[in-house]
Amino acid sequence: MRRRTITTLMGSALATAALCLPVAGRAEGKTIKVGVLHSLSGTMAISETALKDVALMTIEEINASGGVMGKKLEPVVVDPASNWPLFAEKARQLLTQDKVAAVFGCWTSVSRKSVLPVFKELNGVLFYPVQYEGEELERNVFYTGAAPNQQAIPAVEYLMSEEGGGAKRFFLLGTDYVYPRTTNKILRAFLRSKGVVEKDIAEIYTPFGHSDYQTIVADIKKFALGGRTAVISTINGDSNVPFYKELGNAGLKATEVPVVAFSVGEEELRGIDARPLVGHLAAWNYFMSLKNPSNDAFIKKYRAYARKKGLANAGKVVTNDPMEATYVGIHMWKQAVEKAKSTAPDKVIAAMSGQTYQAPSGFLLKMDETNHHLHKPVFIGEIRPDGQFNVVWKTKAPIRAQPWSPFVAGNEGKQSM
Amino acid sequence: MDATAAPPTAPPRLAFDGEPGPPRPPRPLGLMPGRAWLALGVFGVMALGVVPALHLFTPRDSALHVSDYAVTVGGKIMCYAIVAVAMDLVWGYGGILSLGHGLFFALGGYTFGMYLMRSIGRDGVYQADLPDFMVFLDWEALPWFWRGTDHAAWALALVVLVPATVAFAFGVFAFRSRIRGVYFSIITQALTYAAMLLFFRNETGFGGNNGFTDFKRVLGHPITAPATRVVLFMLTALALALTLLLARFLVTSRFGRVLAAIRDAESRAMFLGYDPLWYKLFVWTLSAALCGVAGALYVPQVGIINPSEMSPASSIEIAIWVAVGGRGTLVGAVAGAALVNLAKSWFTVAFPEFWLFFLGLLFIVVTLLLPEGVVGLGWRFARRRGTP
Amino acid sequence: MRRSLSVALKALLRSACSLVALACCSASPALAALDAGAVSQLASEDSEEKIAAIRRLAETGDPAAVRVLQALEADALQVAGGKVVLLDGGRVLDAATGQEIATPLEDPEGITVNNRVRRVLAGALAGLRLVDPDRRVRLAAAEELAAGPRPDAAPLLARALQEESDRQIRPLLALALAQANLTSPDPAVRLSAVKALGASSHPAVERLLARLLDEGAEPDAAVRSEARSSLRSVQLRVTAGDILARVFSGLSLGSILLLVALGLAITYGVMGVINMAHGELLMIGAYASYGMQVLFARWFPRALDWYVLAAIPVAFAAAALAGALIERAVIRHLYGRPLETLLATWGLSLLLIQSARVVFGAQNVGVGNPSWMSGGVEIVAGAVLPWNRIVIVGFSLAVLALVWFLLNRTRLGMFVRAVTQNRAMAGCVGVPTGRLDTLAFALGAGMAGLGGVALSQIANVGPDMGQAYIVDSFMVVVLGGVGQLAGAVGAALGLGVVTKFLEGWAGAVIAKILVLVFVIAFIQKRPQGLFALKGRLADD
Repeated sequence: MRRRTITTLMGSALATAALCLPVAGRAEGKTIKVGVLHSLSGTMAISETALKDVALMTIEEINASGGVMGKKLEPVVVDPASNWPLFAEKARQLLTQDKVAAVFGCWTSVSRKSVLPVFKELNGVLFYPVQYEGEELERNVFYTGAAPNQQAIPAVEYLMSEEGGGAKRFFLLGTDYVYPRTTNKILRAFLRSKGVVEKDIAEIYTPFGHSDYQTIVADIKKFALGGRTAVISTINGDSNVPFYKELGNAGLKATEVPVVAFSVGEEELRGIDARPLVGHLAAWNYFMSLKNPSNDAFIKKYRAYARKKGLANAGKVVTNDPMEATYVGIHMWKQAVEKAKSTAPDKVIAAMSGQTYQAPSGFLLKMDETNHHLHKPVFIGEIRPDGQFNVVWKTKAPIRAQPWSPFVAGNEGKQSM
Repeated sequence: MDATAAPPTAPPRLAFDGEPGPPRPPRPLGLMPGRAWLALGVFGVMALGVVPALHLFTPRDSALHVSDYAVTVGGKIMCYAIVAVAMDLVWGYGGILSLGHGLFFALGGYTFGMYLMRSIGRDGVYQADLPDFMVFLDWEALPWFWRGTDHAAWALALVVLVPATVAFAFGVFAFRSRIRGVYFSIITQALTYAAMLLFFRNETGFGGNNGFTDFKRVLGHPITAPATRVVLFMLTALALALTLLLARFLVTSRFGRVLAAIRDAESRAMFLGYDPLWYKLFVWTLSAALCGVAGALYVPQVGIINPSEMSPASSIEIAIWVAVGGRGTLVGAVAGAALVNLAKSWFTVAFPEFWLFFLGLLFIVVTLLLPEGVVGLGWRFARRRGTP
Repeated sequence: MRRSLSVALKALLRSACSLVALACCSASPALAALDAGAVSQLASEDSEEKIAAIRRLAETGDPAAVRVLQALEADALQVAGGKVVLLDGGRVLDAATGQEIATPLEDPEGITVNNRVRRVLAGALAGLRLVDPDRRVRLAAAEELAAGPRPDAAPLLARALQEESDRQIRPLLALALAQANLTSPDPAVRLSAVKALGASSHPAVERLLARLLDEGAEPDAAVRSEARSSLRSVQLRVTAGDILARVFSGLSLGSILLLVALGLAITYGVMGVINMAHGELLMIGAYASYGMQVLFARWFPRALDWYVLAAIPVAFAAAALAGALIERAVIRHLYGRPLETLLATWGLSLLLIQSARVVFGAQNVGVGNPSWMSGGVEIVAGAVLPWNRIVIVGFSLAVLALVWFLLNRTRLGMFVRAVTQNRAMAGCVGVPTGRLDTLAFALGAGMAGLGGVALSQIANVGPDMGQAYIVDSFMVVVLGGVGQLAGAVGAALGLGVVTKFLEGWAGAVIAKILVLVFVIAFIQKRPQGLFALKGRLADD
C-alpha cells in the first residue's frame, strides 16, 4: 500500500510537472533561427504548403551565398494545422521556446489576427506575404502582400475603362468573411465616388466551401441583362473551381461578363481546366508569366528546388504572388539584419524602413518608411488556356500602399505608423 | 481498503447491448479512495502553488522557470480536460455518445467572449463604443442579445445558462423521441454543424469567421500580464478539480447507479419504474453547463474564439480524448485529453508533415486494442500484478 | 449601317467567287495577298490599332482575312522577326501572303488579345460567318446573334435571311432580325417584329418588350398592345424555364447526394456501422478518375474524352478494395460496438487524407470535363442545363438501377436484405454473415467510389474533398431510414430540391441551416426515417 501511495504521488507529480517544466532550449550559437508558420494540413494546406516550400528554398539560397552576418539560417517549421488558436500557440512557441529571430507566415486574416497579440506582447517580427483587406497597421508586422488599393481598386478602374470592357454594373461576389467584406465595402465606396448608382451594384456572399453555384450564376446572368456587367469575385480559394466550372458550363463568356478574381492565381488554376475560362481576369502584383531576368531566375530556382526535394508534381510547380512576396520578404529581412548588424527585433524593425529589392515582378520594390507595406506594381492578367496569365495592363511604377483605405469611414486620421 | 469484489481473472462485465464495460473498482467507502484524494491533493499543490510560484517568481533564464508558453498550454489542456470529464459523464456513464459537445464549449466561450469584447471599451482599432467588427459592418447599435454583457455577473451567468438551455431544449426533444445510438450521434453532428454555419455568417453578430479576438483586459486586469495568466491557470485548475469531485459525487450516488442502469439496459430500467428522460436530461444539461464553463476559461487564455471550435471535427476529437483515456473512468478522461493534446502539440512540431498519420494511427490503435483506454490498461496491469 | 451593307454585299460576292473557284480547282487554295499593313498592325501593342486592323480586314470579306482573324481568335497568330505568322496544324504560314515558311522562327511571341479586342473580333467574324458555305458555322453564328438583340446587325440579318434556306437556321435569323428591328422607324416593321418576338424565351426580350409598353417609348398603340400579348407569352416561357432550371438543379444536387450516400446507407443497413471514412472513399474514387485522366493523356491522347468511362470501373474497384481492407482490418474487430467503429473510422479518415496529401500533394488536382460533358443545353434562352450535371443525373439513375437489380435479383442481394432485416436469424439459416459483411462493405465503398467519379466532374479534387460531404450523406441516411432503397432515394432527392428552392429564397447559408434543422426536427417526429424496416425504438 505504501508502494502504491508513493507510486501515485510520483505519478501525479510527474504528470502535472510534465506540463509545466520548460523544454530544454538549444544553445545559442552558430545559426540564426527563423520560424515558418504555415498550415501544412487542414483546409489552408492547399495554399500555404507552397509558401513553406518557397521559404525553405530562399533560406537555402541565402545559406549557399554565405548566410546572414556569416551565420547560417536555421528554419524552424511548425504546422498550425489551419487551427487558429494553434497559430497563436505555435507563434508563442517559436518566439519563446525556439527563440527565432523572425517569423514568416500566416495566410488568412484570422490566423494573423490570432498571432498578433503574441507578437505584440513578445516583441517579435512577422512577415505577412498575402494580399489582404488592410485596416491594420502594426509595428511588429511587415506586410509584403497587397493592400486593397494595390489590387482591388486598379482592377475595378480597368474594368470601367473602355479597354477593360466599359462595365457599368458590378456584381460583387465573395465568400463570407472579413477580406471580401472589407474589399467590397471599399469598392462600393469607390464605385459610388465614380458615379455608379446603388441599383447597379449587387453584393452576394457564399459560405466557405460552397460548391453549388448554379443559382448564383443564374442570378449573374439576370443581373447582366440590365447593362454591361463585370463580376468582382472575392471567392476564397477552394470554391473558385466549382464557380468557374459553372460559369463555363452556363456559357457565360468573358467577353460578355468578365470576372476578375483576387484570390485566383496560378496555383488555383492548376486544379482546373482553364480553357472555358479564357478571358477572365485576375489582379496581382506578380504573375509567373512575366518575362524578365529576375523572374526567370526565380522560377528556375524554384523548379530545381522542387525537383531536388521530390515535391509532388515537381515538374509542374507554379509560382504565384504570395510566393514572390515571401521570397522578397525574407531577402529584405536579411538586408535589414545586415544593415542593423543585429537580429534584435527593435533594430531590425528600424532598419527595414526604406529597404529595396529587385523583385521577380521586374520592379524595384521598396518597404515604405512609415507604413510597413511594400510599394508594389499592379498587373491585370487574363487567363490563358494553359492556366497562366496574359498581362493586359500594368502600372508604370510601384504604387504606395494605403492600409487605411480612404473609402472607409473613420480612417481619415490614420495613414502611418 | 481496496478489497476487490471480483477475483482478478473475472471476465469483463458485458452490458445488455453487447458493449463491454471497463472493469470497475468496487464502491469505496468514501467519495473516492484515499489514493485519489492524495493525487488530487498533489495536483492542487502543483497547480495552485508550485507552478504559479515558479512562473512569477523565478527569473526567465533559470532552469526552474515555467514559461508563459507552458502556462497557456497547461491552462488550455486543463480546459479540454474539463470538457472531457463532461463528455465522459454523458458517454461513459450515460451511454450517450454526443458528437456535438464542441457546440456547448464554443457557446460558453462565445458568451464570455462577448464580455471580453465589451471590456475592450474604446481601445479597439476603430476606437468606438461598439466592438470592431460591428463598426466595420456599419451597425449602429448592439443587437439585443449583447445587452448586459458588459456586466461580468450577467456574462458569467450566461456562460452556464446558454449552453444549458440549448442542451435542455435539444435533449427534451431527442430523449423524448427515444433516439439512441448512432442516430443520436449523427443528429448532434448536424446540430453543431448548423450552429457553425450560423456563426460563420457575419450578419449573425458574432464576428463571423474572425470571431472574437484582440482582447485587452478581463475583469479589469490586463489580459497579457503574467499575474492574470497565472490566476486564470489557477482558476482552471480549481474548476477541473471541482468538476472531478462533482462528477465523482454524481456517479457514486444513487443517481449514478440509475444512470448506469439506463446506460446498460434502458428498457429494463423503464420497466423497473425509472423514467430515463429526466436522468438523461439532467446529466446532459449538466455536461453542457460544464463545457460552457470550460469554454469561458479557455477564451481568455487562448485569446481568440471563432466558429471552427464548433466544427464537427472538434467534437469528434472530444470523443477521441475520452476513448483514448478510458471512458467510464473520470481520471481516464483527463488523461486522454492531456495525452492527445500534448501528442498533437509535439507531433505538429516534430513531424509537421506527418503528424496526422500518427494521430490517425493513435485513434485506430486505441479503439481496436485498448477499448478501455489507457487507464483501463493501467487497471489491467495493476490487476495482473495482484492486489495487495 | 451602310458599311455593313457593303461589307455583307462584298462578302457575299467574294464568297460566291471563291466558291466557284474552289469548285473548279482542286488544288489547295492559294490565298490572295492581304493588306500587309493591316496584318502587321494586328501585332501592335495598342488595342485601338488592333481593332482598326481587324475592322479593315473584316471589311475585305476575303477568305484569307477570315482565316487570319480566326487564327487570331484561336491564339494561333504569332509575331516573329517583325513578321506576323499563322500556325496551321504543323505548318507555319506568313499571315499576309499565305506562303509557308520553312525556316524555323526566331523567338516567336504569341499575339495576345484582351476581352475588348475579342469582342470586336467575335462581332466581325459573326457577320462574316453568317454567309459561310459551311452550315455548322452559319448555325453557330445565327445562334449567337439570336442570343441577344443587336440593332446594328439588322441589314446584315435581313440579307442573310433572304439567302438562307436551312430550316433550322431560318427561325434563328428571323428571331435575331426581329430583335434588331424593334428600333426601326417604321411602325409596321416594329409590329411584325413584336409579333415575331412572342415566340422568344429570352429574358432580354422580356425586358425589351416591357419597355415598349410605355407610351413614351412606343408611340403606336397597335404595337403596344401587340407588345403586351407578346410579353405575356414570353414571361410565361421565362418563368417556366426558371422553375425548370431550379427543379433541375435540385434534382442534380439530389442525384449527387444519392450517389454519395447510397453506399453509406447500404453499409449502415447491413452492419449498423456509420463509416466516418466514407468521405475518403469518395476521394479515392475522385483520385482514380484523375489517375485515369493522366493515363489517357499520356498513352491514349486521342481517346482522352472517354477517360471517364474507363474511370468508372477503376474507381469502383479501387474504392471497393479499400473498403474490403478497412472492413477486414478494423471494422470486423469492432463488431457490436458501433460507437467505437465510428471513432476508429474517423482515425482511418485522417490517415487516408494525409496519405493523399503525401502522394498527390496538398493542392487540388485538375480534372477536366470531357468535351461531351462540357457546355450545356439551353431550355430557355438564359437558362442552361449543364451537360455534366445531366450526365450525372443519368449516371446516378443507372447506378440506382444497378443496385436495385443487385439487391433484388441476385443471391448476394438476398443475403444482404436478410442480414439487414435480422442478422441473427440470417446467420442461423446459413447466411455467411462474416463474408457478407466484407462484401457489403466493399459494395458500399465501391459506390462511394462511383460517387467520387461524379464529384470529380463538378467539384474540387483534393485531399480534403470528402470532409465536405460527410454531414450531407449522414443526413440522407438518417432521414431516409434503413433497409429500403426508396428511403435513400427519397431523402436525397427531397433534400436536394428543398435546399435549392430555399437557396433561391433565403441564400445558401440559411438554406443549409434550415435543412439541417428540418432533418433534426423530422427525426424527432419520426425517428425511423422516411421508409424504414428497423425501428429505433427497440434496443438496437
